[in-house]
Amino acid sequence: MIDTAAIRMENITKSFGSVIANDRINLTVNNGEIHALLGENGAGKSTLMNMLSGIYRPDSGSVFVNGEAVEFSSPRDSIKKGIGMIHQHFKLTEVMTAADNIVLGQRGGFFTKEANLVKQIAEISDRYGLDINPRKKVYEMSVGEKQTLEIIKVLYRGARILIMDEPTAVLTPQEIDKLFRIMRNMKEQGCAVVIITHKLNEVMEISDRITILRKGRSVDTVLTEDAEIPTLIEMMVGRKVDLKLRREPTERGEELLRLDGVTVIDSDKKAALDDVGFSLHASEILGVAGVAGSGQKELCETIAGLQAAEKGRIFFGGANILGKSPREIIKLGIRMGFIPEDRLGMGLVASMDIVHNIILKEYQNQKGIVLRRRPGAEKARRIVERFDIQTPNLSTPVSKLSGGNIQKVLLGREIDSDPKVLITAYPVRGLDIGASYRIYDLLNEQKRRGVGIIFIGEDLDVLLELCDRILVLTDGKISGIVDAARATKEEIGFLMTGGRI
Amino acid sequence: MVSFLAAAVIAATPLLFATLGELITEKSGSLNLGVEGMMLMGAVIGFSAAYGTGNPGIALLGAFVAGGAGALLFAIVTVSLQGNQVVTGLTLTIFGTGFASFVGDKMIGLSVPASVLEFFSARKIPILGDIPFIGPVLFRHDVFVYLGYAMVIALSIYLYRTRAGLNMRAVGENTAAADASGIAITRHKYAHIIVGGGLCGLGGAYLGLVTVPIWQADVVTGRGWIAVALVIFASWNPTKAFLGAFLFGALSILGLRLQSMGIHISQYLVDLFPYAATIIIVIISTHKNRKEDLPPGNLSEPYFRESR
Repeated sequence: MIDTAAIRMENITKSFGSVIANDRINLTVNNGEIHALLGENGAGKSTLMNMLSGIYRPDSGSVFVNGEAVEFSSPRDSIKKGIGMIHQHFKLTEVMTAADNIVLGQRGGFFTKEANLVKQIAEISDRYGLDINPRKKVYEMSVGEKQTLEIIKVLYRGARILIMDEPTAVLTPQEIDKLFRIMRNMKEQGCAVVIITHKLNEVMEISDRITILRKGRSVDTVLTEDAEIPTLIEMMVGRKVDLKLRREPTERGEELLRLDGVTVIDSDKKAALDDVGFSLHASEILGVAGVAGSGQKELCETIAGLQAAEKGRIFFGGANILGKSPREIIKLGIRMGFIPEDRLGMGLVASMDIVHNIILKEYQNQKGIVLRRRPGAEKARRIVERFDIQTPNLSTPVSKLSGGNIQKVLLGREIDSDPKVLITAYPVRGLDIGASYRIYDLLNEQKRRGVGIIFIGEDLDVLLELCDRILVLTDGKISGIVDAARATKEEIGFLMTGGRI
Repeated sequence: MVSFLAAAVIAATPLLFATLGELITEKSGSLNLGVEGMMLMGAVIGFSAAYGTGNPGIALLGAFVAGGAGALLFAIVTVSLQGNQVVTGLTLTIFGTGFASFVGDKMIGLSVPASVLEFFSARKIPILGDIPFIGPVLFRHDVFVYLGYAMVIALSIYLYRTRAGLNMRAVGENTAAADASGIAITRHKYAHIIVGGGLCGLGGAYLGLVTVPIWQADVVTGRGWIAVALVIFASWNPTKAFLGAFLFGALSILGLRLQSMGIHISQYLVDLFPYAATIIIVIISTHKNRKEDLPPGNLSEPYFRESR
């Protein structure tokens, strides 16, 4: 029998300590096909692909590339077999040029001959319809450009099998369209393309076949044309999930918070927020969309009092709160839950347990210098129950919990304090579908209670369905505030890239 | 003035070697604070080899190997065993100091043999040495000073013009990216840590053989630490490292010059110059804005491929 599959993985098992990330997984990817790998966070998608790219080594199981049994002990081996992986967090060296990043680790003459290289890059770019400036430094590039660079990098290495780990997570809708064109182009050239994602509509649009993983096991492989979204979700989650996001129909209340001409200058002397002005009402979810790094973080921090503003005013309850300390602002009832990319960077102290993390924002309400643990412990118990946080006990360090549970601790602490204004940034980052919808429900519940919510999000579909209004940030400026019930994804994408309506 | 600048070049040379050694170590992603220790190891082995054999080549080779051996210890602990680089580096400094007193104990007061001194005598470079001002300042020195110039040029080419240099910089800037590109991380780190240590050893040897040609226990006297600061001052660039070493060389001999000119400043104050300047420079250097001037992205971070 002639094996025509580009990749065949059989009974792959990989564990990290006591956690089994991959349990006897099977996967076959053909040449000239776009194959989607679908699964929730922690289903083992990235682990499986990291074994194809030589980053991890499987504990057991076998891998065949174009019919030949292979064993990769390093990324170099994998590259040699024509496998190229585009990682979710780009593996690029920021201070180097595009050309330097492309040629990195390649064999060849003693000297780097830039002129030759630029020509070769131009050839590849033409063939696949890519666009890049080889002499541009990576830190000057947009996210879309960085991704293009990653693609050219693997093509330059002669890759015929491309693995893309959540390639659309950080792109605008326009950039996603462009990426899909590139992927189809590669497919026509006979390449095998694997795309890892949990966005179902993208899977339906781009892929030929879908393999679904759940909790480290392969559930099934289906043809995309025969697949339907509800059944895919069921296979991903393992049970029927009602995935109807509701926009809670509430009467918009009085104005709670108003920003007026807020300008923040960052350490590079650039305006991170430029003349930002908007108002937030009670019983409203105001979504904030924008390409990563457009000023979302600064916006949160300025309102919370963590970031000094150059000029402008922020009114809350009739008084200007700009310049007040974070503690004073917390006392007014403005709460912020920021989920950074690494989740533990801000808001929680990873090595402390839940109780202490909750006392962190409470201790100043206690009298005396000795910290009493009991009130915090009671509150912690309440939060754990209310938000269904999975933890062995209350004194387990937060760092030992899973990502979703860490986020629930963070958000639960803020919500439990009955805030008037709640700022959440990326609250569902890295969460699985079930947990995400639990968080959306929590936000809707707060909205019913009359809380004004600023929701900084990444997924435009979610923003459109959940929010009342959506504010779009571009390079620190507001490029538009749209009514979420009437706006389209394309409109927002247009605003994100700097267009104005 | 000319003689002052010429003397500054000589005073700068051991600093330059140590700075370049630390520079390539840091460029490949490791912060080795054991420079002082490796210089001392180089100095004592260099001196004893010179004393024992009278052969300058063997002395320099011995110094390079001694510095490299110290660096090898550092590499084993930090790269293979994932130990903390700061602690390991500090330990290496203490180890090197002890090693030098132990090995050098019997040699205190002994002089460098004439054959070695002869090798390190000043030689004028034809043509270049005759250029007014520049000639006497830069091109009428011993071979070791010229070797220093050559090192600056060779390192600049290596870092910015060759494939190997590009790969090595990538290891320091973004180890995971370099690994995903198929670069052998461990091999690169070991090679540059060891060669870097060897250069530190050579710098130490120059102190023991030329700067002070009679063996004494504390020949290095904090120059290793200045070299660490100079790497920051130089923004990890070999050419700027040369300028920095020259500046510090000048500062370190300024006191003697002022005295000989009849200007009397407290010796203690004068001795303070290089160290005070180091602090000022480190403060100023932290305000750099260009991305290219920042430290290598993954400096002093241990790397384990499967960590998550």
